[in-house]
Amino acid sequence: MNNISLNVLNGNGAATEPLNVNDCLLQLYEEHYELEDYQKGVPRWCTGCGDNAILTAVQRLCRDEALPPEKTVFVSGIGCSSRLPHYMNTYGFHSLHGRALPVAEGIRLARPDLKVFVNMGDGDCCSIGAAHWIHAIRYNMNMTAMLHDNNIYGLTKKQASPTSPIGLKTNTTPRGSYLDALNPLTVTLGVSNVSFVAQVVDWIPKLLYQTIQAAYHHKGFAFIRVIQRCPEWLPTHMEAYMQDPTRVLLLHHENGLHVDDELAKRYTKMQEHDPSDINRAREIASGSDPIPVGILYRNDEVPCYEDVRFDSRLRTTSLVKNGLEAEFDKFTIWPDGHAHVSRN
Amino acid sequence: MMEVEELTKVKKEKTNGHGVPATGMGPSAYMGKVTRLNEHLVEIISDSGEGAQKCGQSFGSIVAQMGLGVWTTEIIPAEIRPPARSVAGASGNRIRFGSKRVTNGGNETDLVIAFNEQVLLGRVRSKELKPGCTILLESMWRDDKRVAKSYTDAVEQLISAGYKVYEIPMDKECRKIVSDPRKGKNMFALGVLCGLYSLDLQSARDQVVLTFGKKAAKVIESNIALLDAGYAWADANLDFKYEIPAEKSTEPQIVVNGNTALALGVLASGMEICAMYPITPATSASHYLSDAFEEVGGIVHQAEDEIAACCFAIGASYAGKCTVTITSGPGYSLKQEAIGLAVMGEIPLVVVNVMRGGPSTGQPTKTEQGDLMTTIFGSHGDAPKVVIAPATIEDCFYSMITARKIAETFNMVVVILTDANLASSQQPFKRPVFDEGWLAPPIDQSAIPPGAKPYDWDPKTGLARRFIPGQPGGMHTLTGLAHDENSHVAYDPEINQRSMRARSLKLATLQKTLNPPPIFGDPTGDMLVIGWGSTKGAIEEAVELLRQEGKKVSSLHLTFIQPLPPGIKEILAGFKKCITIENNWSDSPNDEMIDGSNRRYSALAILLRSRYLVDIDCWSECRGTPLKPNTVRRVIEEAMA
Ligand SMILES: Cc1ncc(C[n+]2csc(CCOP(=O)(O)OP(=O)(O)O)c2C)c(N)n1
Ligand code: SF4
Ligand SMILES: [Mg+2]
Repeated sequence: MNNISLNVLNGNGAATEPLNVNDCLLQLYEEHYELEDYQKGVPRWCTGCGDNAILTAVQRLCRDEALPPEKTVFVSGIGCSSRLPHYMNTYGFHSLHGRALPVAEGIRLARPDLKVFVNMGDGDCCSIGAAHWIHAIRYNMNMTAMLHDNNIYGLTKKQASPTSPIGLKTNTTPRGSYLDALNPLTVTLGVSNVSFVAQVVDWIPKLLYQTIQAAYHHKGFAFIRVIQRCPEWLPTHMEAYMQDPTRVLLLHHENGLHVDDELAKRYTKMQEHDPSDINRAREIASGSDPIPVGILYRNDEVPCYEDVRFDSRLRTTSLVKNGLEAEFDKFTIWPDGHAHVSRN
Repeated sequence: MMEVEELTKVKKEKTNGHGVPATGMGPSAYMGKVTRLNEHLVEIISDSGEGAQKCGQSFGSIVAQMGLGVWTTEIIPAEIRPPARSVAGASGNRIRFGSKRVTNGGNETDLVIAFNEQVLLGRVRSKELKPGCTILLESMWRDDKRVAKSYTDAVEQLISAGYKVYEIPMDKECRKIVSDPRKGKNMFALGVLCGLYSLDLQSARDQVVLTFGKKAAKVIESNIALLDAGYAWADANLDFKYEIPAEKSTEPQIVVNGNTALALGVLASGMEICAMYPITPATSASHYLSDAFEEVGGIVHQAEDEIAACCFAIGASYAGKCTVTITSGPGYSLKQEAIGLAVMGEIPLVVVNVMRGGPSTGQPTKTEQGDLMTTIFGSHGDAPKVVIAPATIEDCFYSMITARKIAETFNMVVVILTDANLASSQQPFKRPVFDEGWLAPPIDQSAIPPGAKPYDWDPKTGLARRFIPGQPGGMHTLTGLAHDENSHVAYDPEINQRSMRARSLKLATLQKTLNPPPIFGDPTGDMLVIGWGSTKGAIEEAVELLRQEGKKVSSLHLTFIQPLPPGIKEILAGFKKCITIENNWSDSPNDEMIDGSNRRYSALAILLRSRYLVDIDCWSECRGTPLKPNTVRRVIEEAMA
């Protein structure tokens, strides 16, 4: 690792007034990172688990975008997929089942200088954390959120998830699951302030990478549903889709994914889709066979909650002191017996 | 406490004071007769939306300006708009004021001003009024065919029950000034009260200007006219007048309720983010903060629920900005899992629980101290956290500064336990003098030295350093799973034992920095009364009275409940008997089914009994109202008998 950064805020009282976090780092050298700079430990996922592909893609992204590891945070919930931050040599926050999004939002609001990624399972995001998911779309905070959708509860050993297709035999639905699956794409596209929705499958690494990269560059809440294989519990679940390339529908557009010749040769089912068209996006989203892959919707104009809320004023001691004294004034009784009335 | 000194003895005027409209008596009906009091408890009640609360708050501020001690308590109906003229719909304020410092809401009401007889009957039924007290009652209902009978019946009943009822044609008088007396009656009533208690009219006018400061000049003028009219009306028509000698404070004081004090404390502590979800009786703190942050810089984030609010706060704290999340019982229950995460990850976090009646939705607007156990032991597993219970409005302010400091020094969760009583009561306290040391230090973004570990638990104190995102070289993944010094997931028995020990030791380390709590009264005696939180004023007032009568009783009030400060065992040893008095549930030993083997003690008693192995008795009640000094006094007398 060749990056050296010098800090002007050294905790030894060098700065008397709190500095804006954005001003803290003075980069001395052009940064250059290797893949190893983002790798940590040996992933403990099952062989063939789609989470491995997602991990590789985000590590590549970090390297290619030269994200300073100390300025990057991967936040997750609980589940197999939520182990991902442990394998990243960045900051990470492996939080609670279903609660990755509010944790990530708190980080973003406090520290707009940090790059935030979120990794969630389908139980995590679409069941226990569903309220947060809906509201995260509405807050539209700048982060890249990946739904590792294996249609099953992996970590707790094969229970039905909201995205399990009807009829799927699991440990809680031994005769097949009873309800129609929830469609994360149509749900997301139905929430106000939605600004980026994509879908991709773990077995086409090139598109997985491209999609995550596009999401990373989107300003706002970028939601990617990654259809992820769980060979441990559903070994043949995605087999048919993988064998037959025509069961994948590639969405391409100059503002969406670019399909190179090699991909175009294999995945012949393609459709040009303008990601600014939300109605068409909703139509595409409601289809599940072939699996639409690509950027369904993207709108860079939606305001981000942190931009609306962030206070750019330097919170200096004197700002706080003056503000506090002014507040005290509102409630003060002075020894001369009168409230000091100011009318403004 | 209530010595009444008649300055001039004058026999009763006409039939006033006996239910006859007190009109047309000419100027100075009280004929120069002013009764001097040490203190009084006044309440003003109306349907909600008629402004009795504003009237009460203003009255409280005016008496405070005059240099009187004061404690105001809100009377809040459970519904936003209960039906008009309903017994359960009383909305308003109780103002206890006197020559000396007032530390609590006091006993029963001495004088009440009511906008209709139904809300008044509600107060009589809940036994909040002193038998035979003075009632000033809006008389307009006499002329309203639909309700005249219920009105006159009530007045007759009250008179025959011994109350002194004065009827006031408020509506009629207000109509001389405004077209809609419903919007203005409260200022007329304020004028009546100011006249009645010989308060300085100019101070009252200043207060009205303050209250309506943001409104148009016309609004302010008409409210001042109403105030003046009420003042003059009282002088001209009421055959009594009071005076309470004041001693002016030499220092500036601020008058706020506990929730505003908490919010001011948030500003003063340097915290910049508050994540919350609305819940009574906590919300007003966030309302105030939302506004104040506009000036000072900061954000109130209204999350989608309390779980999100707590997780949001944890995320922001983890990222370097210690954050507060403010809630009440039901919301606190929802936060429990996330609080455990902050404990496990050693993320500084300040949580405020403004307690209300529980369990479940319970009594949202009523006060209770029912959450102590769930706060200390809540969140599954061993989740040591600091618990502080402010006892006064002033404590609410300073406890936030202390909480942020402890949270960041020890990387711990600090829970502030207040209650509906503190939340909505006002009491003046010395205006704080700003201290730079209150504020949070800048976010540490210095590079982490090679080899340093995110949890380098000190074997003696349990303290560890903390890496904040942005610190080069500090990359690690914080996890709620069991972990080792490097924050690597670890199920190793030794590591788990070690990390549990470290998190627990931090409480002991903090405890070593605390002073023994002060004793109110002598250090030895027959009886020690122990309390915590908002009951301090009532307990000490009762103890003081009993001590004046020669009883050997003292009291101890605990602010730090986890960890408990040192020296308590020694204090307990100085007394023959000890009893906790609390505003929560405990079984009465007098109940048929209750005996020593099944009695459920109140929360603090359980804690103290288990820690100090002393047979501490307890008494508590769950009436939803603040403890009254008279009740506490009776309980102590019975316990000492
Ligand atoms: C509050 C809570 N409830 C339940 C669990 C147990 N739990 C852990 S992971 C999980 C579901 C995992 O499924 P998913 O979110 O789809 O993630 P995957 O393992 O498939 O990646 C459950 C129910 C928990 N940790 N916390
Ligand atoms: S159980 Fe499934 S999701 Fe979990 S690691 Fe194994 S393959 Fe992956
Ligand atoms: Mg899953």
